[in-house]
Amino acid sequence: MSEQRTFRVWRGDKDGGEFATYETKVDPGMVVLDVIHRIQAEQANDLAVRWNCKAGKCGSCSMEINGKPRLSCMTRMNVFAPGETITLQPVKTFPLIRDLVTDVSWNYEQNQRVRPFKPKPRGADGKMRMYQEDVDRVQEFRKCIECYLCQNVCHVLRDRDGKAAFTGPRFLLRLASLEMHPLDDDDRIPEIKDEFGSGMCNITKCCTDVCPEHIKITDNAIIPLKERVVDRYYDPLKKLFRVFTGSK
Amino acid sequence: MATRDLPALGGHPEGFAGSMRTDRWWIEPVLTVLVLGAFGVYATWAAFQGNHYYADPYLSPFYSPLIFVDSAAAVPGGAPEHHAWFGGHWPAWWPAFLPHSPAFFILAFPGAFRFTCYYYRKAYYRAFTGSPPGCAVVPTAKSRRYKGETAWLLFQNLHRYAMFFAVLFIPILGYDALLSFWKGGLPWDGGQFGIGVGSLVLTINVILLGGYTFGCHSFRHLIGGKDDCMSCGKATMRLKLWKRVTILNMKHQNFAWFSLFWVGFTDVYVRLVSQGIWTDLNTWG
Repeated sequence: MSEQRTFRVWRGDKDGGEFATYETKVDPGMVVLDVIHRIQAEQANDLAVRWNCKAGKCGSCSMEINGKPRLSCMTRMNVFAPGETITLQPVKTFPLIRDLVTDVSWNYEQNQRVRPFKPKPRGADGKMRMYQEDVDRVQEFRKCIECYLCQNVCHVLRDRDGKAAFTGPRFLLRLASLEMHPLDDDDRIPEIKDEFGSGMCNITKCCTDVCPEHIKITDNAIIPLKERVVDRYYDPLKKLFRVFTGSK
Repeated sequence: MATRDLPALGGHPEGFAGSMRTDRWWIEPVLTVLVLGAFGVYATWAAFQGNHYYADPYLSPFYSPLIFVDSAAAVPGGAPEHHAWFGGHWPAWWPAFLPHSPAFFILAFPGAFRFTCYYYRKAYYRAFTGSPPGCAVVPTAKSRRYKGETAWLLFQNLHRYAMFFAVLFIPILGYDALLSFWKGGLPWDGGQFGIGVGSLVLTINVILLGGYTFGCHSFRHLIGGKDDCMSCGKATMRLKLWKRVTILNMKHQNFAWFSLFWVGFTDVYVRLVSQGIWTDLNTWG
């Protein structure tokens, strides 16, 4: 049955703004993005919101709903208590363009910093082989829809303006997908430590908590990368071993 | 590396632990402070007692392995001399201001393992340092320059060495669990087989600690995760082990808390049985 609900929506741009309150009808089965579209259609034609697929696959409609970073197209209205006022805000970490839309282009700049896949030389028979069980773990990382909720919730980027020192969980995930790939021949460990700032992550796992694709970002990507950095730079016995063997 | 505060443009609160979240996000860090704090206080107190850590055939995990015992001191609830690796003569170099407690020789190792554990780091960074206290919550220590684990926290990178010691504890505690089924010593020492509640308590303890230790992220890395090609088309042992360790690793948080609770409870159980406050139900009569 339809019910009347109250929404507080951030309206504003880089020069400032305020919460606007809207009362609107919510039908059974609606998601938050449906409600935003209804508000847009009936009460605020100029309300800015970014969206595309409405199926949780394009990652466009990221926002903060009652303070939690979520996809508005995947947040059903029935998860809220009856009568609860719902607050909608743009993601905090990236510069505001207008209302619920932010400029996430910094992420694309980060993506360009990652060197592409560098294939190993072909085998003696001229073929390149990899085995399913060896790529299973990096295939998990391919589920990323680039919603940047993990980037938004990461406190290093969100609250400490650590963008100069830390690339964020999304791009450590991408680096992990290359670094762990059985056919990638590039040595990425030095830049993972120094350029992309793996040490800035204090593994508080908020990126994993908000991932709409349920990728175990911390356990399966960031911590394994940190362990590889330890292998190279911090393990005293391995360092000693390398001194004697001359290996990398 | 310099950090500065960001302006809030979307109506996000910026104050101490500020957040627009409407759920009770603060329960998790509060519980973490209470449970870890209580465990730390109890473990320290229990280590300083130096007594009532043994009730034949049960040995508290806080005191195992027994490196030395002080046979001259006639400690109530102390283990017999033959239980100690280096006998009953307490080392002469021991500082006079510290009690003769065998726990002091060993507790640093599991303590270091838990302190540097990737899961506990998440828990106490959130709960004790508020960095951040919850997801999408303003860090409580925001004014300081944040350097993550690149400065004095670099020591966390030595977690694998703490893990090596922790792994050694598992067979030792497993042996204690085995001994807990033999009152008076193993069969060739004239011991009598039986089962007591304490036997089950010690056995569950080593199972939970094993689940926690062998689900460690560093262990998972060293057992196979460090290699890009774990199978290369063959049914390798490292891939099989990595898959099994991964199962434990996915439950690392659960094992971390259950094993913490149970190891504390095991000490409490042995202590109270040793003091005669609790009666151990067993088949020995």
